[in-house]
Amino acid sequence: MTIYLDNAATTAVDPRVLKAMQPYFSKHFGNASSLHGFGQRARAALEDAREKVAALIDSKPEEIIFTSGGTESNNLAIKGLAWAHPNKKHIIISAIEHHAVMEPCEWLRKHGYDITVLPVDSYGLVDPKAVERAIRPDTLMVSIMHANNEIGTIEPIERIGAICRAKDVFFHTDAVQSFGKIPIDVDAMHIDLLSASSHKIHGPKGVGCLYVRKGISLVPLAHGGGHERGLRSGTENVAGIVGFGEAAAIAKKEMAADAKRLTALRDRLIKETLKIQDSWLNGHPRQRLPGNANFGFRYIEGEALVLQLDMHGIAVSTGSACSSKSLEPSHVLLALGLRHEEAHGSLRVSLGKFNTRADIDALLKVLPQTVERLREISPFKRKYK
Amino acid sequence: MTHIYTKKVLAHFKHPHNMGRIAKPDGVGRVGNPKCGDVMWLYLKIGKNKQGKEIIKDVKFETFGCVAAIATSSMITDLVKGKTIEYALGVTKEKIVKGLGGLPPIKIHCSLLATDALHEAIYNYLKKQGLRVPAQLAKTHERIVKETKVAERIGEHLGEHLH
Repeated sequence: MTIYLDNAATTAVDPRVLKAMQPYFSKHFGNASSLHGFGQRARAALEDAREKVAALIDSKPEEIIFTSGGTESNNLAIKGLAWAHPNKKHIIISAIEHHAVMEPCEWLRKHGYDITVLPVDSYGLVDPKAVERAIRPDTLMVSIMHANNEIGTIEPIERIGAICRAKDVFFHTDAVQSFGKIPIDVDAMHIDLLSASSHKIHGPKGVGCLYVRKGISLVPLAHGGGHERGLRSGTENVAGIVGFGEAAAIAKKEMAADAKRLTALRDRLIKETLKIQDSWLNGHPRQRLPGNANFGFRYIEGEALVLQLDMHGIAVSTGSACSSKSLEPSHVLLALGLRHEEAHGSLRVSLGKFNTRADIDALLKVLPQTVERLREISPFKRKYK
Repeated sequence: MTHIYTKKVLAHFKHPHNMGRIAKPDGVGRVGNPKCGDVMWLYLKIGKNKQGKEIIKDVKFETFGCVAAIATSSMITDLVKGKTIEYALGVTKEKIVKGLGGLPPIKIHCSLLATDALHEAIYNYLKKQGLRVPAQLAKTHERIVKETKVAERIGEHLGEHLH
């Protein structure tokens, strides 16, 4: 028995997506730049996928640039915009951005840029008024994520977008977690640039896109054959893009129903989990992604909890420092105002469309005893006892 | 399935040896790793062997930390239980790592937490008994005290619950 509850990390490819992709490996394998039939077939598939992706965010197809994924899209948006507009050297981001936004900004900082990092409240919300106050005459762009990958908090990006539009500042949003999960309308939300990824919505890995509002110039990260309107040279990953398109089309059809079902599952999970002593919810109680729940458990450490649950056949994740390659606690949880040891004890459960109530029940069955067991090992259990 | 942790690490993590506390310990070592946020408490009961040498009659630990921290805690208690103090002081972090069949590079520091806790517990015992503290151990103690101050600042809040 293995239950996958880590859909914010990546998702299983939908069988329908896989089926759509399959002909594009050995049968319709053409290079989309070729003039012959093979090439034209690939080109048609590419453009079809572009329409499907565009439809999910109400953009025009020609505003979609296919990339290798969220990280590349964020890099292209931030560095590409900076290089194309060298007269403005101030960028505003939030304290809970993904590393794929923070690190390009950090790199630009070393190259003479001024980066303002806005704080968030205890739910992880950015204050649009703070964005407005931070904008200066030399501000190039504001980059605020649509929904946070760890705590699922949904930012008020339509208000932030409106402020940016009024102040004539570019607005980029990292929508990797929200794309295909909750509605996005690039016009209504005043979005100039938007990053999205395929593998978070049951598409294949290695594909994503950057939405670039018509008329905005960027300098590409890679120069070459001039693919993707010159913004992303390199032979297109046709099969992957076809899969991305199919995943987007499915999301467009099924998003509303999935969101409703997952929200109910999530709320049940939250309600039951918070019955465990000394536990709390990280992120906003309502303004959060349908599939995201993030808990804190006092006196224990996240990685140990994740591994114990893995031994029970349940795959979840943690923002805890010791979980991954870094020793630093999650910058997102620290930004909420959590203490170091609280940030160490986090558990992220992220539901996807293939999860059922039985999956949640299985987690709820083992979670209390697992937490209890780890607290037995901890020297900090005295108060709890 | 390959895992970032070895089978031995996972076995210790799943069923930690000598977990818990000793009611009236002869020595206690409380250390924290400020960087990782791991905290380990180690309790000793000291006895004497047939040759009259001081040995670690019993040892128990409590650890707040990641998988590697718990596994190294468990491992060190195995390595020193029933052994002389002299031998215990010679147990290196490398020996712990080897005993566990290796640790991911970023987790090696967890093994230092374990030796530190042991050294602190022995230091605590020697001091309480008014016995001579080896120069090397005194030096280790000084370093740990300095580092723990940083850890306490982070773990202040938890500290309130300790007693």
